[in-house]
Amino acid sequence: MNFIRNSVVPVGTVLLAILALWYAFAIILNAPFERDQAARANTTIATGQLIANTMAQERPVLPAPHQVAEEIRKTVFDISPTSKRSLVYHGGVTLSSTLLGFGLGTLLGILLAIAIVHSRTLDKSLMPWIITSQTVPILAIAPMIIVVLNAVNITGLLPKAMISTYLSFFPVAVGMVKGLRSPEIMHLDLMHTYNASKAQVFWKLRWPASMPYLFTSMKIAVAISLVGAIVGELPTGAVAGIGARLLAGSYYGQTVQIWAALIAAALMAAILVSLIGLVATLVNRRMGVRP
Amino acid sequence: MRLSRSPLAIAAFLLAVPGLLISSGGDVLDTLTYSTPVILFVAAAVAMFTSVSIPSLIVVLALVHVVAFCLIGLLHAMPQPPGPSLGYWCMVISSWLLAWFSVQNLAGLKLTSPQAQRLVNLALPVLFGAWLLLLWEIIVRGFGVPSILLPPPSMIAERISGSVPTLWADFQQTYLKAAIAGYVIGCGSGFLAAIIVDRVPFLRRGLLPIGNLVAALPVVGIAPIMVMWFGSYWESKAAVVVIMTFFPMLVNTVAGLAASGAMERDLMQTYGSSYGQTLLKLRLPAAMPFIFNALKINSTLALIGAIVAEFFGSPIVGMGFRISAEVGRMNVDMVWAEIFVAALAGSLSYGLITLIERAVTFWHPSYRT
Repeated sequence: MNFIRNSVVPVGTVLLAILALWYAFAIILNAPFERDQAARANTTIATGQLIANTMAQERPVLPAPHQVAEEIRKTVFDISPTSKRSLVYHGGVTLSSTLLGFGLGTLLGILLAIAIVHSRTLDKSLMPWIITSQTVPILAIAPMIIVVLNAVNITGLLPKAMISTYLSFFPVAVGMVKGLRSPEIMHLDLMHTYNASKAQVFWKLRWPASMPYLFTSMKIAVAISLVGAIVGELPTGAVAGIGARLLAGSYYGQTVQIWAALIAAALMAAILVSLIGLVATLVNRRMGVRP
Repeated sequence: MRLSRSPLAIAAFLLAVPGLLISSGGDVLDTLTYSTPVILFVAAAVAMFTSVSIPSLIVVLALVHVVAFCLIGLLHAMPQPPGPSLGYWCMVISSWLLAWFSVQNLAGLKLTSPQAQRLVNLALPVLFGAWLLLLWEIIVRGFGVPSILLPPPSMIAERISGSVPTLWADFQQTYLKAAIAGYVIGCGSGFLAAIIVDRVPFLRRGLLPIGNLVAALPVVGIAPIMVMWFGSYWESKAAVVVIMTFFPMLVNTVAGLAASGAMERDLMQTYGSSYGQTLLKLRLPAAMPFIFNALKINSTLALIGAIVAEFFGSPIVGMGFRISAEVGRMNVDMVWAEIFVAALAGSLSYGLITLIERAVTFWHPSYRT
């Protein structure tokens, strides 16, 4: 009962408010076009008809939520997933490069963190650069990397995945350095008195201690991998993927299509992040963390 | 005389010897060709046969950098195909190992004076970056990597110095207009919204999960819609930046406002202080580390948002426009010049915010000495 009162009701209310606001803005933003049409036809339009019309435009300034939902339903369920007009097809393209990039990036981040924690030289010389490179808007050059790699005949999944890798290894590396250093001096001293080797300290103390940090940074990493994959799809001449859908929609003024792609991307991000949250809970339970 | 036990020094010394014996490629017979291997050999010998001390490390470092510039000079004097030979690459690897050796020993030094320690801490990443650039230059030029794939740093530097007016105009359009306007509006409104959300518990429970979700969404995707609504000038880019920066600020500030301890709040209560007084004198100062965290995250996001939004339509000026246009014309060195400007602007604004943070949150444990 507490859960419903403390979380379902407030979140539901805010969601309803957002939906109501969305409808209100759809009417306000789309009305000028309808009035314009009526004025051109030398007729006046009744308010009721005006509101009904604003929600059924072909290319609205802001599509109403049910139009977006209808577009998603149509492109997900009515069209076969192998067709190029199917949102499932485009989502699948984006998802595969996201996951490949995320996997490689997480692996790279963990390896870098292990190297940094075990080498004083790397810690002092490489770590400042990792932090500096976070301030570099690498996402902005994602399209260039794609085009350049295409020019040397590296095409398909790999270039996009490389961008996701580049974006996702930073949070993992930084988080894991923190996590691998999180064991207390007392515990490290205990391992020392046991005469544990470096590998034993790593596997039995540092690695388990870093798990919460790993999952927190993996959540950030998967979200940013998705962004990287979408932006990476922009310059490939709008071939396939959520990013290509966005770009094609903006070229041809298909606002409903843009919004449908956006909502699909948002759902995908939410599902990926909550999947990692689920794995984190399972691992925590396995390691004996009591909520 | 004592032999070094460091494997780095031994490997560097062994690799310096073939540099003396094998020609470095090409038929350039001048002082550079003869002096480079000799200087390298001397540096390797110092590393190999003296005990590790600050003077010997400085000698090795100085000699190795002389060698590095000689190596680049050799590369420029060489006829491009066939390029450098085995002896040349032995020297490159040897000097790199020597630099690594000195950096490793510098990092391991325990210095008594704090100034010297700070100087070393600053020098290490600088050396690392310098060697990254050096190896980039040598490898790209030495192996003849096509400049479309990766132009050498010297070519990028040339392009930067040759097109300062264009770069400045782009910077003005994208950074000074779009990014900063969006950043200020987005962070400001996120901050105000956080204070309202904090005041109304119902909103906090309802809006915060949604805010957390939105902070993880690919908000950049909103760019084509903003370009449609606000036109292709800088206003639409600023709108994208506003939306991108709003939620991180909201989430972090709300978390920060909850950071002050119960004890301190009770103390404010016993003083009979009002909501406003508690907010201004206790909770906002306590929230500052969180707020600055959001400001730092947002400084990067703002630049990314402004540049990516320009891919969807822009006037014929701006960093995003230049990147996409020059990629189309395969002028990759210009793209790298823009990347350099963006990186510089990003790092400088990050550094500026860090400095302000230090001044504002001087009381925080991580800055106390």
